[in-house]
Amino acid sequence: MTGTTGTTAPTRAEVCVVACAEAWRGDGEVLAAAAGGVVPTLGARLARLTFSPHLLLTDGEAMLLSTPEDPGRFEGWLPYRRHLALAARGRRHMMMGAAQLDRYGNQNISCIGDHDRPARQLLGARGAPSNTVNHPVSYWVPRHSVRVFVERVDMVSGVGYDRAAASGPGAARFHGLRRVVTDLAVLDFATGDRRMRLASVHPGVDVVQVRERTGFDLAVPDEVPVTRRPTRRELRLLREVLDPHGAREQEVRA
Amino acid sequence: MTDLDKRLSLTAFTDRIESGMTVGIGGWGARRKPMALVRALLRSGADELTVVSCGGPDVGLLAAAGRIRRLVAPFVTLDSVPLEPHFRAAREAGTLAFEEWDESLFLSGLTAAAHRLPFLPVRGGLGSDIPRRNPRLRTVTSPYPDGEELLAAPALTMDVALVHMNRADIRGNGQYLGPDPYFDDLFTEAAEHTYLSCERIVDRFTGPPQSLLVQRQNVTGVLHTPRGAHFTSCAPDYGRDEAFQRAYVRAAADPSAWREFTARFLSGGEDAYQQAVDEHQTRTEAAR
Repeated sequence: MTGTTGTTAPTRAEVCVVACAEAWRGDGEVLAAAAGGVVPTLGARLARLTFSPHLLLTDGEAMLLSTPEDPGRFEGWLPYRRHLALAARGRRHMMMGAAQLDRYGNQNISCIGDHDRPARQLLGARGAPSNTVNHPVSYWVPRHSVRVFVERVDMVSGVGYDRAAASGPGAARFHGLRRVVTDLAVLDFATGDRRMRLASVHPGVDVVQVRERTGFDLAVPDEVPVTRRPTRRELRLLREVLDPHGAREQEVRA
Repeated sequence: MTDLDKRLSLTAFTDRIESGMTVGIGGWGARRKPMALVRALLRSGADELTVVSCGGPDVGLLAAAGRIRRLVAPFVTLDSVPLEPHFRAAREAGTLAFEEWDESLFLSGLTAAAHRLPFLPVRGGLGSDIPRRNPRLRTVTSPYPDGEELLAAPALTMDVALVHMNRADIRGNGQYLGPDPYFDDLFTEAAEHTYLSCERIVDRFTGPPQSLLVQRQNVTGVLHTPRGAHFTSCAPDYGRDEAFQRAYVRAAADPSAWREFTARFLSGGEDAYQQAVDEHQTRTEAAR
């Protein structure tokens, strides 16, 4: 190990990137797609360079990158139409953003308030409905708050466990939410009834803080682990290769 | 025998658009949108339109002018600016009916229309609020032993489609030279009439045969509109005009600023627009 960057303590943003990368651990030869921020994009690239070497990555438009280290080298072509076909085929694990999320993982990026006349119009559903019923989906929330983690989302764009189950096999067959990474914690759905559960808190965060900033009753195990810290190699890749200008630090407040 | 010549002027194009029509608009977000044709629509009297689009500033401009009765779209975005300000404002004012689709549902609806099918089955949308908010969406059950219930994406048929290509010939063949065809060929196949604008009209196409996306049997009119996708991207001819897009977003935030923007850029013809854009670019560069 050379250089000094690997020796300074990891920032919260760096812990978040690694927690996002962990979403793709064990995924094999599928597209690691990331939307809604720099942190999940870096997470996908870091996973590819370390523990999930067979992942596919895009340049954010129509090309598949040969390697995250060289954005000018391509190994394939993935225009929108083929991207949607790949998603329907299920060879993809996507991490999306979320304006709202509820305890079963229903997600909203469409609008806040009444759909006929929203208080705040957002993007529209985009591909969230089809993503969630076709292949694994995770979420990235850069500011964990009661405004995001709500009892009921105003519009179900991404399908949660309860809605998938209620809608029959067509919706449930390939549905699977993996994890939610926030600036405070990692959450998953590893309870008997597929409710959101606190999987780990980031170093320096306590459980009370996460509960206070969650608008529903979160499942919390007796022992809550601490999110793992980046390794020296991960820190070096992140700081020297993938994000030398520190864009990750703009997205996560310390 | 004389060759087919489908060239049209922008005014001849707008004469063919009637109020109440369903208009499909190609491109994607703020990428290769037929903006010169959209600006021509703004100058025409056409209103009460149903617009079908992977929405960007095409939707924003038409919404700001109150021309859209109903929007059929999976999203509206400016890409580098996530939220489209005019679309947002119209929605929050309750003046724009938004029929919200999922992206794969939308692709299936276009494909069904192109194939003259009433619907195509698709998984995307099941379990979400998309079918709950849209009473015209129905499910269909597989007749095979799996018995799966899926959404039936209704055909997204259109009266007219508008698309912008890098190159075209006068007969209506169109070529894209950028990284992504988006759904433009499907739009031309889903519509009764297609109007194809282009950066350059050529006698002879060069480049890979796979780039010949739009076919003349699906095209009614060809319009030569250099920089006609501005301010969206039209790779490789030009990228998105980010400075202009930022100016558009700033102006949209305030009614008097928007009146000023309209007077400066949208009160004359296409030539006047392009000239004002040149001046804007010169000033932006000088300010740097």
